[in-house]
Amino acid sequence: MQLEYFLLTAAALFCIGIYGLVTSRNVIRVLMSIELMLNAVNLNLMAFSNYLDPVGINGQVFAVFVISIAAAEAAVGLAIVLSIYRNRDTVDMEQFNLLKW
Amino acid sequence: MTLAEGVQLVTFGLLVAMTLGGALGVVLLDNIVYSAFLLGGVFTSMSGLYILLNAGFVAAAQVLVYVGAVSVLILFGIMLVNKEQAFVPMKRAWLGKAATGGVCVGLFALLAASTLNTPWAISSEVPTGDLATAAIGVHFFTDYLLPFELASVLLLIALIGAIVLARREFIPDVAPGDLSEALQLPERPRELVSSASASEPES
Repeated sequence: MQLEYFLLTAAALFCIGIYGLVTSRNVIRVLMSIELMLNAVNLNLMAFSNYLDPVGINGQVFAVFVISIAAAEAAVGLAIVLSIYRNRDTVDMEQFNLLKW
Repeated sequence: MTLAEGVQLVTFGLLVAMTLGGALGVVLLDNIVYSAFLLGGVFTSMSGLYILLNAGFVAAAQVLVYVGAVSVLILFGIMLVNKEQAFVPMKRAWLGKAATGGVCVGLFALLAASTLNTPWAISSEVPTGDLATAAIGVHFFTDYLLPFELASVLLLIALIGAIVLARREFIPDVAPGDLSEALQLPERPRELVSSASASEPES
């Protein structure tokens, strides 16, 4: 088992997350893609923590912080999605042009 | 982790296949409910990867927070927002998808090249293993005390903010002394979902 395997896995997961974030039309799927990217970052942190800093385990502490912030982000993101859905009656990303000039 | 090398490798291969396959399913499947359940599978296999990396506490936190809370939250979101609408096809959507795919593959190639070419300073110390939980607790209350408290404040802010954002707004022009209105909830009456709301005017 090597560090590089985990880093390559995390990179692939992050790229899949970016693809879903940019190409999805459904808002909920965009939120899911953001969760995938956060998980990829967590996997990177954990791999570094295990292979480069196995006694200090600062990476695991950071991963716990990232998990808690991801939970807060999911809650607020879904609340925003619900609020926009009530106003615009759609979940299509292409019709959310509220913040365009 | 005191497993043999071959067992670790096979477990790693299975977990990576489940993770990446599930992630591709999350992004590419048409039915969003399948995507949400696959996302739960991705989170579970990620916690398996964490166990392979000698991090039992974070694996448990991953299962509790992601599988138990975030997946369920997303499923609730899907069911609250579930609108069977066919998206209007965009002009030249394939161009955007192809460009994004190209950028993602290029980014992966860049990350892979930098990963494989960097001489990592692999530590030779024995990993902490099951004592990691105590070590994380010591970190939280000594050198990471300020981020820990800030995270708790952030969670409180997110809780209040989510409630404020998601609840229905008040009727702005109700007379405050009206006794006949006193026993009603001061909220806008909920619209019927799809058919009736189009015909009746906004109050």
